[in-house]
Amino acid sequence: MKILVPIKRVIDYNVRVQLKRDNSGVQTDGVKMSINPFDEIAVEEALRIKERGDAEEVIVVSIGAKVCEQQIRNALAMGADRGILVETDDAVQPLGAARILQKIREEEGTDLVIMGKQAIDDDCNQTGQMLAAISNLPQATFGSKVELANGKATVTREVDEGLEVIEVDLPAIITTDLRLNEPRFVKMPDIMKAKKKPLDVKPLADLGVEMPPALENTGYAPPPKREGGKKVESVEELVEAMKNKGVL
Amino acid sequence: MKVLLIAEHANGKLNPSTAKSLTCAARLGDVDIAIFSDSVDAVAEKAAALDGVKNVIAVERAENANPLAAVLAPQIAKLAEDYDAVLMPSTTFGKDVMPRAAALMGVPQVSDIMDVAGEREFQRPIYAGNVLTTVKVPDGQKICGTVRVASWQPAPAGEAVASIDKRELDVELPSHTRFVKLEASKSDRPDLQSAPVVISGGRGVGSKENFDIIYRFADKLGAAVGASRAAVDAGFVPNDMQVGQTGKIIAPDLYMCFGISGAIQHVTGIKDAGTIVAVNKDPDAPIFEIADIGLVGDLFEILPKLEEAIDAEKS
Repeated sequence: MKILVPIKRVIDYNVRVQLKRDNSGVQTDGVKMSINPFDEIAVEEALRIKERGDAEEVIVVSIGAKVCEQQIRNALAMGADRGILVETDDAVQPLGAARILQKIREEEGTDLVIMGKQAIDDDCNQTGQMLAAISNLPQATFGSKVELANGKATVTREVDEGLEVIEVDLPAIITTDLRLNEPRFVKMPDIMKAKKKPLDVKPLADLGVEMPPALENTGYAPPPKREGGKKVESVEELVEAMKNKGVL
Repeated sequence: MKVLLIAEHANGKLNPSTAKSLTCAARLGDVDIAIFSDSVDAVAEKAAALDGVKNVIAVERAENANPLAAVLAPQIAKLAEDYDAVLMPSTTFGKDVMPRAAALMGVPQVSDIMDVAGEREFQRPIYAGNVLTTVKVPDGQKICGTVRVASWQPAPAGEAVASIDKRELDVELPSHTRFVKLEASKSDRPDLQSAPVVISGGRGVGSKENFDIIYRFADKLGAAVGASRAAVDAGFVPNDMQVGQTGKIIAPDLYMCFGISGAIQHVTGIKDAGTIVAVNKDPDAPIFEIADIGLVGDLFEILPKLEEAIDAEKS
């Protein structure tokens, strides 16, 4: 079995994201970039499946500019076998990404796609579901436990009501939630080894994928600020302050 | 504009997310509500009673017993042919199903609609709510979106007035996805996503057993109970209690949190709360930057005193 893991380069989880001065977009110059954390969980899950002997190959794919090679190399250092960069300087939205991934999935003949449930930059939470739809394959989103047996995946999903378990036939698309696993730390020798692993760069234009209609960004704004920061010294003062606010 | 809202429901009851999403949907035009179930009658009556609903489209089919995206999406796409816009709540239900339906229709989706900014323009949060962006759906394209329910007040329910239209859809449904079970947390406490008062605990609570102090305090106030990701990861409480970027986004009148430091991913889930009260040992915890009332101290000393003080207020 081959597993495809799409990964996205995003502003690092720990960075306090700021708007550019003229509100024309988000400040990305000189900001630390990383693999989207949910995608890192997806890489880890794919590697564990391979290490259990249930898969032969883990392929990571990213869509974006040349610099995305850094994140692909990180995933290769974690243990993925090879990487593909679909190179484009244009911003790609979820439906477009799904079409590109569908093409790669077909070309590579992968049986399972594991990917993050959302990217922490645009917070869309769409691409996995859209890939499943256009591939006419099952989807198991927000997975916190994945079991594979007899050509099926049994996935425990984190839903608002609690935990839902569904069974899907393979091939399938699985998206990861936070508690699926804890990604491994990469060691120095693995980083060196990763430099020698194959990384295929395919220009988007050569892929023959028709890009769908996209949303137009018409503006950015900072969120309304909460006026917080008042402290009290004792429980008595706390109760008094709550009474004054009319919440007690 | 003709708008189709897909209802979220279980056990014959509408999820509160439906009435909130309806308020957003009504800003776009005339709203029909669609219900997919193996037994539609009870829910259809309730949907018909919501203010502002024109028609209820009830699709009764055995396959609709559980909300599986692979089963619902083709039916939604079929029904959507008669509409200009399709909306679902941005709960785990809508997040799972809507993108699958949008992709079948070949259109982009607007996730987490906070506000309607123009005829085809919507405001939504990105970067865990640290930035708001406005996006426009191209002319001539169907609008597909999920509604950030915490941003909207529920449409009131009155007498049932909307007509109920039972519909059969000629759509072939896949069998590759099967529901196995739902392990729902059993609780007599109010629903976290709609409760007016929420009490939350974080890593600082220390253990599953210690969380009893949070539950006890919540019960005194008739409040729902939430938690930070750290508390869920540590196994103190189940996943459905997580509040934040990847958990539940809530907007109670009063949010009181104990032992939560206030990572941006948590804060984004409570920004719309009326009043935020924070108790934490660390005076530099970021939660104090946004809390309306903060108290530095040990939650295990403060909570019992707070209970006493509230008892005294009540009597």
